[in-house]
Amino acid sequence: MSAVLPERPAKRRPAIVRGLSTLGQAILSNRKATVGAVLLIICIVMAAVPNLIAPGDPNAENFMPGQGPSADNWLGTTSYGQDIFAQFVWGARDSLIIAVVAGLLSTVLSAIIGVAAGYLGGMADGLLSMMTDVFLVIPAFPLVIVLAAYSKSGGNGMIIAVLVLTGWSYGARQLRAQVLSLRHREFLTAARLRGERSWRIITHEILPNMISLLVANFLGASVYAILTAAGLQFIGLGNINANSWGTMLYWAQNNEALQAGIPLWAIVPGLGIATLGGAFALLNYAFDEISNPVLKPARRKKRSKRGAPS
Amino acid sequence: MRYILRRLGFFIVTLWAAMTVNFFLPRLMPGDPAMAMIARFHGRLSGQSLHAMEAAFGVNTNQSLIAQYFAYLGDSLTGQFGRSLTFFPDTVSHVVFMALPWTLGLVGVTTVIAFILGTLIGMIGAWTRGGWFDSVLPPLFIILSAFPYFWIGLVAILIFSISLGWLPTGFGYTNGEAVTFTLPFIWDVVRHAFLPAGTIVITSIGGWILTMRNNMIMVLNEDYVRMARAKGLSASRIMFDYAGRNAILPNLSGFGMSLGFVVSGAILVEYVFSYPGVGYMMLQAVLNEDFPLMQTLFLFITLAVLIAILVVDGVTVLLDPRTRRSS
Repeated sequence: MSAVLPERPAKRRPAIVRGLSTLGQAILSNRKATVGAVLLIICIVMAAVPNLIAPGDPNAENFMPGQGPSADNWLGTTSYGQDIFAQFVWGARDSLIIAVVAGLLSTVLSAIIGVAAGYLGGMADGLLSMMTDVFLVIPAFPLVIVLAAYSKSGGNGMIIAVLVLTGWSYGARQLRAQVLSLRHREFLTAARLRGERSWRIITHEILPNMISLLVANFLGASVYAILTAAGLQFIGLGNINANSWGTMLYWAQNNEALQAGIPLWAIVPGLGIATLGGAFALLNYAFDEISNPVLKPARRKKRSKRGAPS
Repeated sequence: MRYILRRLGFFIVTLWAAMTVNFFLPRLMPGDPAMAMIARFHGRLSGQSLHAMEAAFGVNTNQSLIAQYFAYLGDSLTGQFGRSLTFFPDTVSHVVFMALPWTLGLVGVTTVIAFILGTLIGMIGAWTRGGWFDSVLPPLFIILSAFPYFWIGLVAILIFSISLGWLPTGFGYTNGEAVTFTLPFIWDVVRHAFLPAGTIVITSIGGWILTMRNNMIMVLNEDYVRMARAKGLSASRIMFDYAGRNAILPNLSGFGMSLGFVVSGAILVEYVFSYPGVGYMMLQAVLNEDFPLMQTLFLFITLAVLIAILVVDGVTVLLDPRTRRSS
């Protein structure tokens, strides 16, 4: 078909821009992705401007302790007389930062190890793959607990470091497989014959072809980070004075919120974690469908609306 | 045969890696946590066990690091893990073996149930793609798997123990009851395991469903499935013997990673339900800064996962003739 048109030197936008616009279209075309994106935006708004939604100090003990929902305290109060709604809104920031930063760093580490293993091949591949498999199999959370127990700082930096250290292996394995499948494609052979350097081939030829996989990896690593960080904070290995959903659960559990008749104290932060985790998981699920057309949900009678086929 | 040997090699390498992590972590961490722990227990420990602990964590010793390392590997392989500080003067091994059966029972049974149910749901979902079954169950469980395990446990306690009063809120059996193998006691244990087990099943099933459904959809497009249909084979025969048997293979090889994930969640579920298994024990050890117990539990959890993976490798050999080829 393209033979009809004369070859025009199309203005090539950079790979990142093309990737992002495809991403935007993909989100709108898939219902799961749309729901996930909306949930994510809700969390982002809470994280960005909590002072507009729930003004004041969320830890201030200004109210009657252990109350149910009322006009003043939409979700009731904690055993310390704090407003649960305010704590919920302010808790979003911590979880979101941990999710995004740990997700990004894990993806970068996965990409470095996975691409190196797949591209270098031979002995290097053998060693890196073995290391990846070992990290994949060692149960992450017990290791996370051991690391956190020894480091004792409890800050977000420690939590993120621990999450990245235990969360990169799954992505590295997938990315390595993708590099192996790309390695003998013609455009890479052409680049090699042109005499491009390995580094340039990796950044300009291989990575742009793995954008959807990198995005999927980021989303998966973020879900892992959200759930694991919440678990760590819940058992008191995070910073117990922070404003985060995991920390809220820690205090709720320590004060036996369920038995004390203030179950919302424990339910609300869990719903927050699930909303954020669910947002990333839905986006990931949708990306699986988008990047693998075989899995696309069967759509009937949609084609006629889209106008004439080419 | 080569496949089994390779998997055995992997088993040994991973176990070695876990032991090495265990050995170096307390020595590399800033602030020397092991020294602080030993200092706190100075009065309580006898000279001999204090010395053993100092040796184990490389404090006040003139041995070289290499010598310490090999001594540690030897001790671990012969089951000498020293004494627990939380349960002093019990040995760590004894404490671990008290907790291990509870977790093996809970996690073992729930993993098998979740795997079988998830695989079946994924299989049927792919077979009836777009139908009501496929549009309700897989998305439901995938959303559930985004919830923290421990939070589902909290909600389960709230509904079934506190509001309805049907099931106990925690622990492995009614407190004060003697541990016996009588029918009432076993029923008591089952009743106590019901909520934690249900929590683990409904949160871990989503992963199995998703991968099985995806594999199954791919396999259903294969020529040999079309061939089986053309031959007029029964639907159940095609579903189980042709498509299912092939689609399950990637699920089995992903088992190791998923099991690590389930075990991680189970630790928090045990904590929520005060279930007397290794996860609960591990958190007790962390709270009491009982590093010998904590590290040994980490080692045993890894070992249990590795053994389970070996079992799954055996199943893979039975299902996939390609792994039996000797070349």
